[in-house]
Amino acid sequence: MTTLEDGTGVCSKGPGNRERSSLRLQQAFITQNEADSSVTVWQSHLICLNFFKTSSQARRRPCFSLNRKIELYEMGWNLKDGLRECLVAAAPYGGPISLLKGHNRRSPSARPQLEIYSSSGLPLASFPWKSGVVKQLGWTVSDDLLCVQEDGTVLVYDLLGGFKRHFSMGNEVSQSQVLETKIFHSPYGTGVAILTGALRFTLATNIDDIKLRRLPEVPGLQGAPSCWAVLTQDRQSKVLVANGSHLFILDNTACTPVTPPGLSPQASSIVHMCVSFSYKYLALLTDSGHVWMGTSNLKEKLSEVDTKIKTPPKQMAWCRRPKSQQPSAVVMWDGLLIVVGECKETIQYHLDDDSILVPELDGVRIISGTHHELLQEVPGACEEIFKIASMAPGALLLEAHKEYEKESQKADEYLREIKEQSLLSEAVRQCVEAAGHEHEPETQKTLLRAASFGKCFLSNFPPEQFVSMCRDLRVLNAVRDYTVGIPLTHTQFKQMTVQVLIDRLVYRKLYPLAIEICRYLKTPEYQGVSRVLKHWACYKVQQKEESDEVIAKAVSVKLADAAGIFYSEIATKAYESGRTELAIKLLEFEPRSGEQVPLLLKMKKSPLALSKAIESGDTDLVYTVVMYLKNELNRGDFFMMLRNQPVALSLYKQFCKHQEQDTLKDLFNQDDDHEELGNLYVKASYKEQRLEARIALLQSAVDEYYKAKNEFSAKTTEDEMRLLRFQRKLEEEKGELLVGFSLHDTMTTLLSVGLHKHAEQLYKDFRVPDKRFWWLKLKSLAEKEDWEELEKFGKSKKSPIGYLPFVEVCIKHHNKYEAKKYVSKVTPEQKVKAHLAVGDMEGAAEAAIERRNESEISTVLSRCSATTDHLLMERLNRAKATAVKK
Amino acid sequence: MAHTEWRDAPELPDFSLLKRLARDQLIFLLEQLPGKKDLFIDADLMSPLDRIANVTILKQHEVDKLYKVELKPIVSSSDQLCFLIRPRIQTVKWISDLVNADKVAGRFRRYKIIFTPQKFYACETVLEEQGVYGDVTTDEWNFYILPLDDDILSLELPEFFRDNFLEGDQRWVTTAGSALHLLQSVYGSFSKVYGIGRCAKMVYESWRELMEEGEQRTRQPEFAKVFLVDRDVDFVTPLCSQVVYEGLVDDLFRIKCGSVEFGPDVTSSDKSIKVMLNSQDKVFSEIRNEHFSNVFGFLSQKAKNLQTAYDKRRGMDIQQMKAFVSDELKGLKQEHRLLSLHIGASESMMKKKTKQDFQELLKTEHSLLEGFEIRECITYIEEHINRQVSMIDSLRLLCLLSITENGLLSKDYRSLKAQYLQSYGIKHLLTFANLRQLGLLEEQQAGETLTVMESKVGKLVNDKTVGKLTDAFSSLAKKSNFRALSKRLALVPKSGEEYDLRVPRDMAYVFSGAYIPLSCKLIEQVLERDGWTGLEEVTRMLNGQEFAVTGAPNPRNKTDAQRIVLVMFLGGCTFSEISALRFLGKERDTYYVKQIEYMVNIKLSI
Repeated sequence: MTTLEDGTGVCSKGPGNRERSSLRLQQAFITQNEADSSVTVWQSHLICLNFFKTSSQARRRPCFSLNRKIELYEMGWNLKDGLRECLVAAAPYGGPISLLKGHNRRSPSARPQLEIYSSSGLPLASFPWKSGVVKQLGWTVSDDLLCVQEDGTVLVYDLLGGFKRHFSMGNEVSQSQVLETKIFHSPYGTGVAILTGALRFTLATNIDDIKLRRLPEVPGLQGAPSCWAVLTQDRQSKVLVANGSHLFILDNTACTPVTPPGLSPQASSIVHMCVSFSYKYLALLTDSGHVWMGTSNLKEKLSEVDTKIKTPPKQMAWCRRPKSQQPSAVVMWDGLLIVVGECKETIQYHLDDDSILVPELDGVRIISGTHHELLQEVPGACEEIFKIASMAPGALLLEAHKEYEKESQKADEYLREIKEQSLLSEAVRQCVEAAGHEHEPETQKTLLRAASFGKCFLSNFPPEQFVSMCRDLRVLNAVRDYTVGIPLTHTQFKQMTVQVLIDRLVYRKLYPLAIEICRYLKTPEYQGVSRVLKHWACYKVQQKEESDEVIAKAVSVKLADAAGIFYSEIATKAYESGRTELAIKLLEFEPRSGEQVPLLLKMKKSPLALSKAIESGDTDLVYTVVMYLKNELNRGDFFMMLRNQPVALSLYKQFCKHQEQDTLKDLFNQDDDHEELGNLYVKASYKEQRLEARIALLQSAVDEYYKAKNEFSAKTTEDEMRLLRFQRKLEEEKGELLVGFSLHDTMTTLLSVGLHKHAEQLYKDFRVPDKRFWWLKLKSLAEKEDWEELEKFGKSKKSPIGYLPFVEVCIKHHNKYEAKKYVSKVTPEQKVKAHLAVGDMEGAAEAAIERRNESEISTVLSRCSATTDHLLMERLNRAKATAVKK
Repeated sequence: MAHTEWRDAPELPDFSLLKRLARDQLIFLLEQLPGKKDLFIDADLMSPLDRIANVTILKQHEVDKLYKVELKPIVSSSDQLCFLIRPRIQTVKWISDLVNADKVAGRFRRYKIIFTPQKFYACETVLEEQGVYGDVTTDEWNFYILPLDDDILSLELPEFFRDNFLEGDQRWVTTAGSALHLLQSVYGSFSKVYGIGRCAKMVYESWRELMEEGEQRTRQPEFAKVFLVDRDVDFVTPLCSQVVYEGLVDDLFRIKCGSVEFGPDVTSSDKSIKVMLNSQDKVFSEIRNEHFSNVFGFLSQKAKNLQTAYDKRRGMDIQQMKAFVSDELKGLKQEHRLLSLHIGASESMMKKKTKQDFQELLKTEHSLLEGFEIRECITYIEEHINRQVSMIDSLRLLCLLSITENGLLSKDYRSLKAQYLQSYGIKHLLTFANLRQLGLLEEQQAGETLTVMESKVGKLVNDKTVGKLTDAFSSLAKKSNFRALSKRLALVPKSGEEYDLRVPRDMAYVFSGAYIPLSCKLIEQVLERDGWTGLEEVTRMLNGQEFAVTGAPNPRNKTDAQRIVLVMFLGGCTFSEISALRFLGKERDTYYVKQIEYMVNIKLSI
């Protein structure tokens, strides 16, 4: 049973224990009917009406569901006048309560006081209200307080009274003033709906992403409608308005009149309406005192009950747990609370004090000046177990366990009874489930012990449900504690999820508890502990009284080994609260330099940002900084900064190459990089079509090259300019396409069309090496097969390229005859090749033998064919032998 | 053939997984823009895309028409345009112009840009500056790696080399890091990472950051080790003419994305044929790594075998014939077709490469590598330039000369440069500027002045600091130190010995026995020593930046995975290097998977 002791904690229930006395009264009432011992555990207020009308009806489904009222807290606050004349708003899911006392007072001397309390009435914040007249208070899903003012301005405060922001509900609202306001929750967030003085509705579905919608006019509306409510249907927020006995649905486009099916005809006006927590059901209260209950799409009527009270109520709310079969709503008048259900009768409670109703997912909380209670339908499992004379397996198991504790053999009898019906696992399940719905740790323990006892007799029972219930209860008991004051039910907890609960604790700055819960539930670190720590750190850095060093150290020590912490977020917070130095210190802890950059930029620490970006190796980040700096700094400073960061500079150059050619020029200019400037001009010249512009660009390049002391490039470029002019002249004169050719190509073209003179001129003017010229001329003459000219050329002077090329070129053009003319002129080293080229085997052999070169002899040998050159081969072989010997 | 005998090869990881991942993501992205749409694809993404998702798949996802991005005004009637592009500023600008033109014309269309492999902030800035940021939606297609073959992966980033080494733009570093991360997440973590070079180090850093952010998956790893190597560690290898079959095919016909287009002179018809070159091609897989001189013999042998196989059907009875037709004929036909193609290709190679010129070119390269007869080489290069033999080859020789000789003498540099400009035009001034930037082609001058300074400073301080200073200076001067390296690592086998290319002795066979690729030798040495110890001198000469990191400990004993090494060339690699690594793999009983940025066949112009 040790798990149990660990599994549930003990929670305190506020000062005093007044509850006990009233409890006894109720119990007396029950025990009158049935004296079953099991009821003694049933400590909560159990109200049963129409329970068993007659014994014959015992098995019939009761037409009224069981309701129970549990006291959650005795309120810790000390309110002089209770809730009278207060504007009150309490957040669902056991959220905080805000009070605005004397909100109607308009004199500046007596400012109303805004107070925020936890659900247990512990003060969280309190401050005098200095802004305009507040029409309505409300809470958002993330525990922020909304104060809607008369002029349509909505002020947002956090749970501890810190002002966050404000927004307006539009001009139209501020002109015609706010008449009534409703704050509602939907899957899209928290919304605000306003009825203006001009009797028009304005609505924003999500206050974090405000899109104001003005709904169509309601026909025939003279004064304020008798009542209205906001519905969420078909992924749209709509307003349901009652004007007298007429009912309208307003959506974005139209105002549609509707009639609730089966509404009793004696009613002349609908005075109150309420929508269930899930927006599925609707309850209407008419001036004849009838409560109509049905689905919110007005297609189905569930029931209609006469309350017999004709005065308008203060509040009305649904009190219904999910999946319940029974409709049930709560109507509150001064001092009276009536629960209406499916049958004609109602349950009535007397209220001592002014109270408000807070609808919840699975019930209604009733908050008065002194008490905080939960009214809910008794959960199925609890009913099964604690119902008087219940024979449900769970009830039997509980009984069996009790007998077992007493060491009575009856335990066995009960167990046997369950096992005979093979319902033991069902019994365990019931006990576990019921434990979840109980608020008193003792009851929880009793039920869980019984479940555990039953489990012993089961072999393959999956333990998950039991274990997770123990965990959940421990968490729930911890947060229900008077000092924390979040009275969540198990159903609400499951709906809300642990994540949200952690968030709520964080909003309340209950960091240690949040961390404990994360650890206890083994939430993955980055979702749990780390997240809490981050919030803690964000809060910590806003503490103005401590020095930067102390805070930075405290943060780093606490967060050191937590995974998934983004120091940048914390630093951002520090910066936002005006502590730049601290922010920079914190950023030092950030291991990902990429994360540091955006904030550094925001803080105008651009040089640091740039070097961090480069450090990260992420070029995108570098670009981000560079682009930012480009817009932020003047050009000179910008370039200077780039100059110190070569990586950034080269990236920016890349960008400029495509986007801003001129900037590139400036960049080089700034750097006195004349070489690159020259290159840039040369490059540009190639994109230029017109010759004049091209030459001009080249001239600029020449200038730059001179500045760069690159004589070579300057000279070459000048040559190019000369060449271009020459080409143009020739083009004009001879009509040959030349412009843009390289020197070599120009000469080739000239030679091929027979402009030898001009080619020679180039040869001289541009100091073309002899070799090149000879090659050129040789090729072009051979191509034209101008053998005569070639011969003349060959004889003009000694060939700088030798005569082997002559031979080869002739052979290439299949002129063996011409080729042979040059063989004799070839140098001794190339003789063999030349002879071979013209196919003169003997000549080749001769030359090779003469030179006594082994490899040459082999080459010739390999070319000889055995049949025709038999003699030659012999000679060669002999020569080879001697050559080798040598 | 040695290759086929190697039965013990470890099982390679299944790379088709990567393709599937890429395809699924692409389809997802296309579905994001429902309805019919026209797709514009960057020209260099065409072939990779074809290997990932063919036209039918694209059509299935409502792609109406496909266009190539040509940076020209478009003709498209579709109301939805989708652009699949590399993150290039130019392309983005073109798209912005399109959008703006449509706006002026009052035409409403939906635009979606899918950047691959990732989008860059600069591109978004362009969209913003052009005022179309709100009109287009952007997305990323994280298509990092394309498996080209069983053992080759490619990032298909032709810009990598230029951007990273020339422009100093490191934006692709993260891409490479992400690619490694992807491999790791798919195939398990590596036990050891080696690397050399600045870029390699940065890639590793970016990868490490990704590793730290993401969660670790423990999975039986399929790779043991990774080796990252910067292209600028070894510029020599890609500068040499390739003589291995695959390399030659690349030199002559350009292998693009694992396939090659053979022109009419190869196919001996008037059509060009596109052929996939990978290990699926039985003929090719056997000759790809062979020295060219062996290929012809092999092909003729193969042809004979094929003939025998065909001849078998003579004297078959009906039953046998039936079996033959159904089982073998198709395979034989296929083989026949491939064989004729490769024979055609070899013939065309023969024509081009057995000419005097090529022999001389090789001879010059070899003497440059060995450091003999430099004068003759210069003369040869000069002639080469003067005769306008080949623009690229001349440059290649010039660079090789510069690297092996630690820069050209000022006189030579000027005269050769002038000659080159005369041959090919002044625009190559920029080419030379780029090459100098890269340290591929330099004047000696700068180095000398530094040495002078060095000795001066050296006198002032004690010996210990001199060493450090020398390091600093040598990295400043970007000296290639090739000669010393070559001696140290025995890259150039002793000349004079016969090198039998049929039975290769070492990796030098990929360069006719004249040179062992430096990059491959480094990999061999490091893996042998399991680190850089003992190679300090070498790394100093390579400007350091080496690292070796032990990753996740590998509990298993020598499994297949242990023998698989991933080699990543940052800035591209040549087929010769791949062949050399395949050879090394056989020798050392390890297997190398290569990941490359892009196949380079050194080509640098403006």
